[in-house]
Amino acid sequence: MMMKKRQSLLWLALPLLLLLPMAVVFASWLTPDWQIWQHLAQTVLGTYVLNSLLLAAGTGFFSLLLGGSLAFLVARYQFSGRNWLSWALVLPLAMPAYIVAYSYAGLLDAAGPLQTQLRELTGWRYQDYWFPQIRSLFGAILILSLVLYPYVYLLARQAFSQQNPAWREAARSLASTGYVWKVALPLARPALLGGTALVMMEAFADYGTVAYFGVPVLTTGIFRVWFGMGDVAAAAQLSAVLCSLAILLVALELWNRRQLRYFDKSAGQRRLPRQQLAGWRNIAASAFALSILSLGFLVPAVALLVWSLEDPALWFQLDFAALLANSVGLATLSALIIVAAALVLVYGLRRKISTTLQLLIRGSGFGYAIPGTVIAIGVLWPFSQVDAQLDLWAEQFFGIRTGLILTGTIAALVFAYLVRFIAVAMQPLEAAFNQIPPSMDQAARSLGCNRWQLLWRVHRPLLAGPVWIALLLVFVDVLKELPATLLLRPFNFDTLAVRTFELASDEQLAAAAVPALTIVLAGLLPLIWLNRAAEGSSHAGH
Amino acid sequence: MESIGGGLALRKLSVNVLGLGVLGVITLGVSAIGFSALGLNTAQAAEVNVYSARQQELIKPLLDKFTAETGVKVNLITGKPDELLTRIRQEGRNSPADVLLSTDVGRLYRAKELSLLQPIESAQLTSKIPAQYRDPANLWFGLTMRARPILYVPSKVQPQELSTLENLADAKWRGRICIRSSDNVYNQSMVAGLIASLGADATAIWASDFAKNFAQPPKGGDRDQIKAAASGVCDIAIANTYYLAAMLEDPKDKAAAGAVKVFWPNQQDRGAHVNISGAAVLKHAPNKSQAQQLMEYMVSPQAQQWYAEVNHEYPVVAGVETSALLQSFGTFKADTASLDKLGALNQQALMLMDKAGWK
Repeated sequence: MMMKKRQSLLWLALPLLLLLPMAVVFASWLTPDWQIWQHLAQTVLGTYVLNSLLLAAGTGFFSLLLGGSLAFLVARYQFSGRNWLSWALVLPLAMPAYIVAYSYAGLLDAAGPLQTQLRELTGWRYQDYWFPQIRSLFGAILILSLVLYPYVYLLARQAFSQQNPAWREAARSLASTGYVWKVALPLARPALLGGTALVMMEAFADYGTVAYFGVPVLTTGIFRVWFGMGDVAAAAQLSAVLCSLAILLVALELWNRRQLRYFDKSAGQRRLPRQQLAGWRNIAASAFALSILSLGFLVPAVALLVWSLEDPALWFQLDFAALLANSVGLATLSALIIVAAALVLVYGLRRKISTTLQLLIRGSGFGYAIPGTVIAIGVLWPFSQVDAQLDLWAEQFFGIRTGLILTGTIAALVFAYLVRFIAVAMQPLEAAFNQIPPSMDQAARSLGCNRWQLLWRVHRPLLAGPVWIALLLVFVDVLKELPATLLLRPFNFDTLAVRTFELASDEQLAAAAVPALTIVLAGLLPLIWLNRAAEGSSHAGH
Repeated sequence: MESIGGGLALRKLSVNVLGLGVLGVITLGVSAIGFSALGLNTAQAAEVNVYSARQQELIKPLLDKFTAETGVKVNLITGKPDELLTRIRQEGRNSPADVLLSTDVGRLYRAKELSLLQPIESAQLTSKIPAQYRDPANLWFGLTMRARPILYVPSKVQPQELSTLENLADAKWRGRICIRSSDNVYNQSMVAGLIASLGADATAIWASDFAKNFAQPPKGGDRDQIKAAASGVCDIAIANTYYLAAMLEDPKDKAAAGAVKVFWPNQQDRGAHVNISGAAVLKHAPNKSQAQQLMEYMVSPQAQQWYAEVNHEYPVVAGVETSALLQSFGTFKADTASLDKLGALNQQALMLMDKAGWK
């Protein structure tokens, strides 16, 4: 009995800790400034909410489409270039979305090379022809979909490649033509929707892309109210609205699949061999994957490279060694801590200790829908309070000042990442856990395994693949994380993302390209390595 | 059999992962303590802590020169101005921040309103910086001036058609003006400046007429407005001069920047809208004398010259030459009377632009 209580305490303490910054955000509603709210409601609030919803829904839809179809192709078929495309398709994730937005705007704007060429060739003037507006809500949806689809892709690829070949044989033997729609997709549904939920939360929290494209959404509103009116409280209140929208969406999804459970009792046994594509099918598959990779990564990356090479001196101005060490060190440390915490939480979900606990654990994932800056404030407040109390106490009793012990340290920064990215680590783990049938646990228990042995000998081998994916996602996310880093970092501590942002915000795109491309390079090796580990373990049973 | 081998390998990997996780947590704890201990120990050496809204590239070289000349070490955190203010507020009396560097006067005003600053009595600062560029109570000091003129495409606009900022609300400019979003502080200050001289009601009417004249929904930064004008989207762009100067030095943007000319508005009355970047010493500054030393260094001729040359901003200290590029934009009368009101009027300006439909 004692044992059980102590364990539950861990599962209670961790989500509560993670929920603390969000509680700070929601607590802002204790003292609402109705005058500002009245103004917002009369002028811009409706547009903000509508655009945020459209942005999240649109980005979710296209990411699901792209990520899902690419995952199915890569998991089930062998086609030209498949082996390298399998990891290369994750690359768009390594570039900050707003940088991709900057480079597309640079290419497609009225002043960009495309339209300039068009005008020179035809002799038309600006208003004489129609050209799609990249800086628009739809443009933002396209850009975000192109860089965020890898979330869906990675999770779904794992799910598709783990599906039991017997399902397909069964479908075939029944002469069913609807194998994909009736069997493969429903089985991968938790992974597909889990990835899509991540994409939508990321779209809700995006600031850089929409701000640059001039699309008024809740996040731009948050910063408008904060920076323009100097009202942090109203900004936090808007963040709470944003977070509520995300909670609503995920609740809707959970309710929708409330009774459905997809288990694959053969998980970990034999795998479906990939089907060789030939002829035009082969070419079409390669071309599709390559064109998405080009749009999401190659085009913007090459554009950035070309711009930065116009002034090669830009490449020698950065303190590469320090920036790389800071960025990669921070990303590695955070990825390990966050995935460890996510494992604990997801295991807590599976054990179903109590409904309250389940809700708390689910709730702790919503940090992902709140802009990093707002999370950072939520972290700053409790940390500085603890520091202030310690300082006062030390002065009273020992006559010394302790100053800031937690605030302005790496610890505060990593904690902010933990709150913000725990959902990214939890999604792949939870999707995988959901595929392990409880009957397997029961079988193991009946064979005399205790709880730890069950975890160690049954769950761990099945979770290895998803653990690599979680590490990969969090590593890349932290590598490019900007807002919390900017607000919480210690003195004289810069990362590649911070330097990229500073140069970009000064509208020095060519100079910003250098650290931006370095982020990609820094993420490349770990990405290939972790991706291989993830793929390898999903085929381990071969 | 193979699957067992695979399982074993995986098991090892997972052990590593778990082990690393635990190691990570321990490292984190130790390093947190280490960092703070380090902070306590180095407090004795001469140093100054700077929270800067000016990005690292445009301030670090100057701070390095300061260190070389004085031996005072500079610790730097850069960030967005309001985020830095929030951090300072949260850190309270434990805040290590000595000097706050701001890129606009509104944030200096905000810091003052939040009682985060302390006055600095320095004959050097008060004698070198003209009174209109510093706080009456010496809570903050302006360092450079940033101007926001009208840029026009000479083939489409005759300079004699232009006169004042107010004039751009006229219906003859319908669909001809490019300007960035009202999210941006440069526009907020510009409209705050109008409220200061015209009053809120007249400015509200101006803003809704002005917004009708936009060639496209506001998007992008200042450079993008200049590029749009150059490529025929609009005839007039509004942007800060240092962006235009930087574009003229950038091989990629040179052509676009060359397509527009500078017009200084309101020369017959209050002068063209300007903002200032500045510095202030924080109330709980642990290194006050070094902070003052740094502030005084910032108004030295070589520091003022550096700002002028590297970032094309106008020096506040008289007698310092601006860059050749800035000189090519001509001299102008600046609206300095409204500077100390910009901060107070910022919120009103924002609400007014919301109502005017200026995105």
